[in-house]
Amino acid sequence: MGIEKNLANLGIVTTCLDKVLNWARKNSLWPMTFGLACCALEMMVTVSARHDIARFGAEVYRGSPRQADLLIVPGTLTKKMLPMVLRLYEQMPEPKWVIAYGNCACTGGVFRTYNVVQGIDQYIPVDVYMAGCPPKPETLLTAIVMLRDKIDKESLKNRG
Amino acid sequence: MTQQELIERIKEKASSIIMEVSEGIDCPVVRVEKGMLLDFMKLLKNDLDFSFDLIADVTAVDYPERVPRFDVIYHIFSIKNSQRVRVKVSVDDGGGVESVTCIWRGAEWLEREVYDMFGITFYNHPDLRRILMEEDFKYYPLRKDFPLEGIEE
Repeated sequence: MGIEKNLANLGIVTTCLDKVLNWARKNSLWPMTFGLACCALEMMVTVSARHDIARFGAEVYRGSPRQADLLIVPGTLTKKMLPMVLRLYEQMPEPKWVIAYGNCACTGGVFRTYNVVQGIDQYIPVDVYMAGCPPKPETLLTAIVMLRDKIDKESLKNRG
Repeated sequence: MTQQELIERIKEKASSIIMEVSEGIDCPVVRVEKGMLLDFMKLLKNDLDFSFDLIADVTAVDYPERVPRFDVIYHIFSIKNSQRVRVKVSVDDGGGVESVTCIWRGAEWLEREVYDMFGITFYNHPDLRRILMEEDFKYYPLRKDFPLEGIEE
C-alpha cells in the first residue's frame, strides 16, 4: 500500500507489462494496404470520414508489410494469388494479426471452384472472421473492436 | 460493306483457301482448314478491301463427342471499315494450330489463355506458358470433362 502511494507522488505508476504492451498494441493496429476484390472497396470506405476507423487507431494503412501489424484479407483469393499473400504475411514482423474479410476469404464463398482458395485459414492463422458479401464497413469496425478485446487478453508468456 | 457484301468479297478472294463461309447473327462466319489458316489470316489483314487489323478475341469450344474435338475461334475487327469476321478452325485432342502472333502481336496472351484452358498448342508461339492458372497446374479447366470443383491431389 505505502510504496505505491509514494511512487505515485514521484510520478511513477506501477503496472503489469502485459497491460502496457497490449494497450499500446491494440491502439495502434496498422493494417496492410492490400486488396483482392470487391471487399477491398468496403474496406477503403471504412477509412473515410463517415466511418472513421481512426477512432480505433487503425487508420494508418502501411504500404510495406514490414511496418504493418494487421493483415486484412479482403476478397476472393485465387490460387494464383496465394503465394503473394503468404509472402506478404511472412514479411510482417511479429506480433501480427489477420482478419478474413468477407465470405470468400473465410470459406471461398460462392466460388466453390478449382481456382479459388477455400478459406485463407487453410494457410495462415486467422484471428477474426467477417461474414458478408461484402461486409459493411460497420462489420470491419466490429471486427477491429473484437480484435482489440482479443489483444487485451494476450500475454507475453504466450506470444512474443 | 454489309455482311452480305463481305461474304461475297471473301468468296471472291479466298474461295480456294476456305472451307465455307456463312451468315452469322452478327458477322460472317468462316470455316478454314488448319493448314490454310495463316494464308487466310494474312489475306484478311493485308488485303486493302478487308484491312482486319485488330484481333479482338481468340477462344475455343470443346465438343467432347466430336472428332476433331475442338474449335478454335478468332474474332477479328477492322478499325477502318468497322466490321467484324469470325474464323473457326477445328483441332484434334492433343493437337494444335499455327499461332497468328506473326500477324497480330495482340494474339499472344489470347492464345496463351486458350492453351491454358483447353490444352491446345499454338505452333511458333513466342512464349507459350500458362497465363491464368499456376504453372504446375496439370489440367485444362475449361474442357467439358473437368469437374467445376477441381481434382483433389
